[in-house]
Amino acid sequence: MSLVFAGVCSHAPGITGRADRVEPERLARLHAAYDRMREAIEAAEPDALLVVGAEHFANFFMNNMPAYCIGMADGFEGPIEDPDWLAIPRTTIPGNAELARRLIERVLEHVDVAYAEEWKFDHGIMVPLNFLTPRYDLPVIPANINCQGPPLTPVHRSYAFGEALGRACDAVPERIALIGTGGISHWPATPDSGKINEDWDRAFLDRLVANDRDALLSYNDADTYREGGQGGFEIRTFIAVAGAVGGAKGEIWHYDPVPDFAVGCTVGVMATA
Amino acid sequence: MSLYSVQKLIYQLNRDPHTRQRYEEDFEALLREYPMTEEESRAIREPDIGLLYVLGVNGQLLMHYAALRGYPWNDYLEAMREGVRRHGPVRAGLYAMVEETDG
Repeated sequence: MSLVFAGVCSHAPGITGRADRVEPERLARLHAAYDRMREAIEAAEPDALLVVGAEHFANFFMNNMPAYCIGMADGFEGPIEDPDWLAIPRTTIPGNAELARRLIERVLEHVDVAYAEEWKFDHGIMVPLNFLTPRYDLPVIPANINCQGPPLTPVHRSYAFGEALGRACDAVPERIALIGTGGISHWPATPDSGKINEDWDRAFLDRLVANDRDALLSYNDADTYREGGQGGFEIRTFIAVAGAVGGAKGEIWHYDPVPDFAVGCTVGVMATA
Repeated sequence: MSLYSVQKLIYQLNRDPHTRQRYEEDFEALLREYPMTEEESRAIREPDIGLLYVLGVNGQLLMHYAALRGYPWNDYLEAMREGVRRHGPVRAGLYAMVEETDG
């Protein structure tokens, strides 16, 4: 059936791993936004949570880099990082290989996608799950867009990937919630860590919530790198969600550029068509 | 070109418990399986985190290697800044993109 929920959120490891560096009131506002998303997901009563992420060399490397990949397993381990570094305990997250397989078959009708029966979650999925399914009781289907090791898929293909995901979810009887998780402008793990281009972020989010397809697809990596850093390549995850909801518009619930978290912390919803 | 090998080694160290064990037991034997230049292998051994950054190692890999070698977060960031001061701008990989784009 149609997606029962669609949203976007940040996943920066500092959000959990360096939480003590941010004043409590500011942190509480971000947590409240994640809580609001968790409640919205729970109210939608999904059978599975489809997470479009941008992992950071946890599973995929330049020896065999898929532009797009969907996980097809009944369980996943995470976080792959030092749990103390991320401040999220290592755990097992349920999956649904059979449902994933049906979704992959549908997606392949429209776009090419790799699949993986092994997948370890890094902060790119664990930070959102830590807030959205804190009991790890909702089956997760991970999907990845290579946003780390160029050459990268162009953003119009990410929109098309999202459209294919949306159609696939339409075609199965299960109730599926979708989140896209990435950064907007950020320079993570570099000497410029903490730099955030708020104007560029807000312009992107305006285009996202308007689901202005042409404007979203006008981004190219040279401009994105200059204005938004290499972390800006992760806008592909948000653009995929825009594609998945069939042109529906959205709303940003929270945006706060937090240098200690090295990202403009974002939580938002895209209305489902 | 052996930037690929340097990054592959760090990738395996970050994700593969067996590789991590071999690092602890016999780092030199592990290093021999990853062909790299003298400068690269020196940067890995010492470690010279700043030089690894300048050589083009992606931060999403490098930050975990720095943590493995005992660098707290702020020291990791400072090591990269010091690397650029000592060795000049990033020579290859993703972070050399601006220079390449600007011709």
